[in-house]
Formats: sequence, C-alpha cells, structure tokens
Amino acid sequence: MMNNSFAQPMWQNGPAPGQFYNFIGGGYNNGAPAQLPRELTTCGPYGTKHSTAAITTGSSVLGIKFDGGVLVAADTLVSYGSLARYQNIDRVFKINDKILIGGSGDFADIQSIMRNIEQKMIEDQCCNDGVVMKPKAMATWMTRVLYNRRSRMNPLYIDVVVGGIDEGGAPYLGSVDLRGRAYDDYVVATGFARHLALPLVRERKPKDRDFTFEEATNLIREAMKVLYYRDTRSMPRYTVGICTAANCSIKGPFKVEENWTFAETVKGY
Amino acid sequence: MFRNQYDSDVTVWSPQGRLHQVEYAMAAVKLGTATVGLKNRDYAVLVALCKPASELSASQRKIIPIDDHLGISIAGITADARVLSKYLRSECLSYKHSYGSTYPVSRLITNLGNKMQTTTQRYDRRPYGVGLLIAGYDEKGPHIYKVEPSANFFNCKAMTIGSRSQSARTYLERHLSTFNASSKDDIICHGIHAIRSSLPNDELVSKDDGGSQLNITVAIVGKDQPFKILSDEENLHYLEMAKKRGGSIIVSKDDDDDDKPSPGDSEEPAPSTARDPQVAVATMENP
Repeated sequence: MMNNSFAQPMWQNGPAPGQFYNFIGGGYNNGAPAQLPRELTTCGPYGTKHSTAAITTGSSVLGIKFDGGVLVAADTLVSYGSLARYQNIDRVFKINDKILIGGSGDFADIQSIMRNIEQKMIEDQCCNDGVVMKPKAMATWMTRVLYNRRSRMNPLYIDVVVGGIDEGGAPYLGSVDLRGRAYDDYVVATGFARHLALPLVRERKPKDRDFTFEEATNLIREAMKVLYYRDTRSMPRYTVGICTAANCSIKGPFKVEENWTFAETVKGY
Repeated sequence: MFRNQYDSDVTVWSPQGRLHQVEYAMAAVKLGTATVGLKNRDYAVLVALCKPASELSASQRKIIPIDDHLGISIAGITADARVLSKYLRSECLSYKHSYGSTYPVSRLITNLGNKMQTTTQRYDRRPYGVGLLIAGYDEKGPHIYKVEPSANFFNCKAMTIGSRSQSARTYLERHLSTFNASSKDDIICHGIHAIRSSLPNDELVSKDDGGSQLNITVAIVGKDQPFKILSDEENLHYLEMAKKRGGSIIVSKDDDDDDKPSPGDSEEPAPSTARDPQVAVATMENP
C-alpha cells in the first residue's frame, strides 16, 4: 500500500529490469514491425473512406521514343469533372537529368507521388556519389508503390508515363497505371491518347528502325491536334518533355494549330 | 585479463583517444588467412588463401557471393562474416525488388558501414570481428572496398587483408601502376602472385615443388561478367599461367610481419610507423 500517492515511481524512463537501454541505431524499430504512414492507419470518426474516383483530372499523356531519346507530351489542362478548371498546369515533370514523367488521372495523387519522388531525388543527391536514378528503376519503383496501394484498397488514381535515358544510354519509355500494371514500348499513352494517338503513331512506325527526332516531334504535334479536336477534356496548349543523353528539359507551352473553318459545313448536331 | 585499464568495454575511451575493444576487433582480422582484391579497368578480382583449420577439416569458405554484381572476401571470424553477408544479400535483393536494378556498390558499403558503426558505440554490442574485401561492378565501373571491424571503409585500387598480408601489400604497391591497363588474365595472375608472396618461405618452397597445389579461391566480377567464383580447373589454369609468368615474388621479411599484437597502452602512444600499416595501398582518394 502506497502511503504517499504523490511519490514518483522509482524507475522512470528506464528499461525493464534485465532489459537494455535502447539507443539510436538499434535496428529495425526495436523489433516492432515497420509503422505504416499515419494517414493510412488513422481512422476518421466514422471510419476511413478511401477515394473511389479521380476528382481533379488530367487527360492524356503521350510518349514517343526516338533514336536518341524520348518525348513526353501532355496538355496543360486539369479538369474538375467536365469543367476546365485549371488551364495552365504542367503535367510533364523533369525528375532528374535522366527521367521525365508525364502524369494523368487524379492530379492530387500525381502531386502526392511527385512529392515522394522529389524526396527520393534529394536522398539521391545527398549520397553525392554521382549515381542518379534511371527511368527503368523509377518505373519499377512506381509499380511497387502503386501495386502496394491497390493491395491496401487505397489506390492512387493515376496513370503515368515514365521515360528517359537508361543505363548504357539507351532510351526507355514505359507506362504504369493505378493497379501497378506496367509495360514499355516505343510509344505509350494514357487516357484518350491510348485510343486516338497510339494507332496513329504505330501506323507510321518504320519496321526496320526507330523514329528520328524529326518524325517524333511531327507525330507529337499531330497527335496533340487530334486529341484536342476529339477529346472534350483537352486544351489546345501542351508542354513537351525532351530527354536525350545530353539534355533533359520541358519545352513549351505550344499551341495546337486549330482550324475550325470546316465547322461551317458540319450539319446535324 | 585486460591489457590495460581502458579496454573493459567498447564504449570506453583511453586517455590517448583510442577505443581498445575496437582495436582488438581489428586484430581479429589478422588471424584470418590473407586475401587480396584488385581491379583493372573492367574487372575486379578477389583472391583468397584457403587453409584448412585442421588436417581433418575442409577449409572455411573465404569468398561469399552476394549478388550478380558483388561478392565479398573475408578475413577474421567467419560466423560474423556470415551475418554481414546475410545483411548484404537481403539489401541487394530488396533493392532489386524495388528498382529492378543492382545496388550501387558505394551506397551499399556506406549502409554497411553505418550498420557496423553502431556496434562500436553501444555497450551491449561488440564490433564485428571480420574484415571484408568487396569486389563489385556497377555503372561507375569495378570497385574494390575494404571494410574493417572499426566500420571504416576504404575505396581501393588494390588491397589486401589477413595474416601476413604485408608482403602481399608490398607486391601490390610495387605493381600498382600496371593494374589499370592490364588484361583480365593479367590481373588474376597479379592477384595470385600477391597472395603467394604472403606465404611463409618454407611453404612457398614446398608449393613450388609442385608437390601440393597452392590452395586458393579466385573470384571475378566485371563488365558482362556476373560475380563468379572460379572452378578448380580454372584455378589450376591460372595458377599455371601465373607460374609461367614468374613475376617477382617478394620473399617476406619477418620484421614487417603484422601478426604481432598491437602495442599496449603502457607504452608511449606509438609513432605512426608502429601501427598497423593501414595506410593505403592506394585508396581512390590518394592515388
């Protein structure tokens, strides 16, 4: 029986008898399993609701590989439903000197994963060993993250194009979607471009060689025009990311050459 | 029991600014048989001397493959090396799972160094009693790293650790300038010559008679060459080749042997020459 209820316990902040103090660098979370980020484990007052659809969306992204690098293009529109809400937003990102990413789908989720990637690039730079991440590694990492999120029933509603210069100087172009599905090819597209631009580009692919830079830029220009005419969630303004061994940058915004004179002859709507 | 007043615990400093327990762990490296690591422009090579613990037993494994681009050669407590190699393997595997590519060698070694350092700063741990030579190949080319129980690591052009390694080190220093431009066969032969020069004289003579073969393990990693431990036939092939090329075999002098225990604390703080010659054969930083 304690006589003095105000007395401090004898042994504060120490280890249990027979245990060791735990200092920094003790290893894996002192034996406990790794903690998930708080936003994934904390319930709201009525439980947790995960997002079930994209809210503010970017439409198509189109990537084309050519003999010395890759091009990634996307218009600058972020829609809120059918409303053209934000009209001047770059959806093609330069990650480092070797990687470009074009993002479509829920733009908030794009921003979220971009913050993650930005942090990873800072960690890369902190090593100060001249090793930079390559696009293939980035695409693989994205599939891991996105598949992990879908497995926790909390996917990021995004569809991204990852391109750039891989180890050995070869161009790489691939796509990863919200379930972590991934593939790479000489042309990849997301959103409506998958229906409208992919066949257009594939039709023009020479069998025996890659596209030249000239051909690739012309195809981007034409595809963005078709997309503008046909996709109601698009805009006549787009940016293009170029990544070659020598240079990685975002160009633009460019205007789509629109011509509506044919509209006078269109009848029946 | 104790050599002096200040070596009862890893976390205790001596007034000279030394950590005796850590230095004792460094001495464990010198109990292991010698091993050599060296590289040319495209390949990194490890050569290790295998001596059975007794007549009745097989020799301990000296070279441990970690991943396709990386392997280690050990000197010291083999059990500790196994723990470290398990760590290195799981790190490489998880990196490969996340990024679909191989772990950059410099980063892996930095992380290994950080892990090993914690054991030198906690009273409930002890330093790993093993020295590692790491041969790896990544986008920056071939690498040789030396990792010590003190958790220091060095990026090396060529390095050797283990018992009687001083003579091998002398060999490496003497031929250092030729390594970079030499061929794959050359660099392996250099490795074999270096390890031979670490043998005691009597053994060297008996091996040269051809009565018994020099018992070594050789591993290579490099451009378009996943980490590979050479087979017995290949070993024989290279041993013959090395013998033919002769090479200046440096007969080791007993006085530059580094098997002796490090001087106790009772003495004057030893002048730098008396300390273990951890002066670099040549680290990348001091060519």
